[in-house]
Amino acid sequence: MRAQLEGSQAVAEAIVLCRPEVIAAYPISPQTHIVERLSRMVKQGDVGRCQYLNVESEFGALSVLIGASAAGARTYTATTSQGLLFMAEAVYNAAGLGLPIVMTIANRAVGAPINIWNDHSDSMALRDAGWIQLYAETNQEAADLHIQAFRLAEELSCPVMVCMDGYILTHAYEPVDLPDQASVDAFLPAFSPVQLLDPSEPISIGAMVGPEAFTEVKYLAHQQHLRALTLVQDISDSFERQFHRQSGGLCTGYRMTDADTIVIALGSVIGTIQEAVDGLRNEGIAVGCLKISCYRPFPSQQIRAALESSSRVIVVEKDLAVGMGGIVSADVRMALNGLHIPVHTVIAGLGGRSISTESLKQMVRDVRAERLSEPHFLDLNLRVVDEELARRREQRRAGPLAEQVIRAVNAIGTKVV
Amino acid sequence: MIAIRFHGRGGQGVVTAAELLSMAAFADGKHAQAFPSFGSERMGAPVMAFCRIDSKTIRTREAVTHPDMLIVQDPTLLHQVEIFSGLSPDGYVLINSTFSLAELGIGDFLKSMPPGHVCVVPASDIGVKHMRHPIANTPLLGAFAGITGVIALESVQSAMRQKFSGALGEANAAAAQDGYDHVIASLAREGSGLHHARTT
Repeated sequence: MRAQLEGSQAVAEAIVLCRPEVIAAYPISPQTHIVERLSRMVKQGDVGRCQYLNVESEFGALSVLIGASAAGARTYTATTSQGLLFMAEAVYNAAGLGLPIVMTIANRAVGAPINIWNDHSDSMALRDAGWIQLYAETNQEAADLHIQAFRLAEELSCPVMVCMDGYILTHAYEPVDLPDQASVDAFLPAFSPVQLLDPSEPISIGAMVGPEAFTEVKYLAHQQHLRALTLVQDISDSFERQFHRQSGGLCTGYRMTDADTIVIALGSVIGTIQEAVDGLRNEGIAVGCLKISCYRPFPSQQIRAALESSSRVIVVEKDLAVGMGGIVSADVRMALNGLHIPVHTVIAGLGGRSISTESLKQMVRDVRAERLSEPHFLDLNLRVVDEELARRREQRRAGPLAEQVIRAVNAIGTKVV
Repeated sequence: MIAIRFHGRGGQGVVTAAELLSMAAFADGKHAQAFPSFGSERMGAPVMAFCRIDSKTIRTREAVTHPDMLIVQDPTLLHQVEIFSGLSPDGYVLINSTFSLAELGIGDFLKSMPPGHVCVVPASDIGVKHMRHPIANTPLLGAFAGITGVIALESVQSAMRQKFSGALGEANAAAAQDGYDHVIASLAREGSGLHHARTT
């Protein structure tokens, strides 16, 4: 039923529709509303025989799920930011053991400096841990992707992260159409594990693997991810046939016909970019937008095919590889290997900075006029940066960087937004 | 599209107000989006929340920097934060206060706004009357329905009954009614009549 819901509520209700059997989570903003609601629903008996475990940490949460999933239970958790990093060791283990756990990442910046707001630093830090990573554009897509994620995880024996922008989606109220239980049951069959810890037929999983076999195990994990590319699209298509709306898949274009400039991004900023694309099209600028929904595995061929007739590509990304530049841009450049299409990196929305339609439009005009350095930081306050650099040249012990920058920003004046 | 920015302090229900307004717009058959601009959640710290209402799907996620409407739940913020930043020259302003615009020190500043677009509402007093607490957000939402005509008062009240069950929902709905009545009466006194906003 279509209703005006908070994103966290939509996701919690979508999870309940997937009939999870074990949920373990540790609250952390901006994920909290999801797990609070789930714990309440489990306690009220709204989630069948599901068990909700209060754990001492994120590491504990995922460790519990590794055990529960190996014992054949459908499992779910959610976290963000430092919480994801705190469970990092278990994140790799879940993938290496082939356990189909589904986890929501309510994307948030990683400190220091501590920052509770949205960017993609957290999920990007663990992009190569062996999990499938799906990114939601809207709360409708976030809800839908969780339903797809369980089917994907269980068909592949591979864990899936569904990434949704913290606050921007988790705390946004917007219309979401949640399916009914019968249609979710028809789409997502009961979990039938391919490996199972069963006392009556004892096996062990998680053996030590030495140099003689480690490469082969990793090679097979890579092959499994490449197979996932087909399955991600198939499951999205199957979802569309049943629920009559497109959600997920690998990548989706917007106004790509004749576009000489294509802006690529992940997550909720796609809507704002589409507004900018419409505005620029009205100015006669041939620009389009490509949304990457599935980031791991990386759909190189599909992205190459979508971009090969363009003359330039701009990757707008909410993350930064310090000392290198863009993370997604590096993958896009590799996908375009040999095509001689310039790829520009635009770092935007770090630590929750609002990304405006106007800034995006000006950025595209600037890229086309070759006025931007590489990588470009959208809406960077150059005055603050230059003042701080000058101060540091003069003083060896110039004080802690974050505190000095805050002071400089406040001296210039508090902005409303 | 109409963009509304709410200003208040942590604990005053600023975020809830934006959520309720989006629910009311949805109940009215419109597309709506509400989201907060949280600081670290502290009671008393300045808080903003945003709501957009449109006749079509809302795609943008940016913060509202050019509001068509400002709802100020805490008048002590008037001279502390750049509350009026980006306000549309033919926009609307609702302020929770028992003082006049002149007494609040913003009479001259707002005199260029069209007649019937600015109103001071004793929303905390209305909250005390109905809920025994100075809850200003729901009276101001009733006032929003009155001053803009964008959303029906009944839709605002139904959102409150949906969010708060039983007596609390009814008390909030009654407070919204008082907020609505206050705006209608004060605009009639002002002789400006109602200049309702475009609906989308």
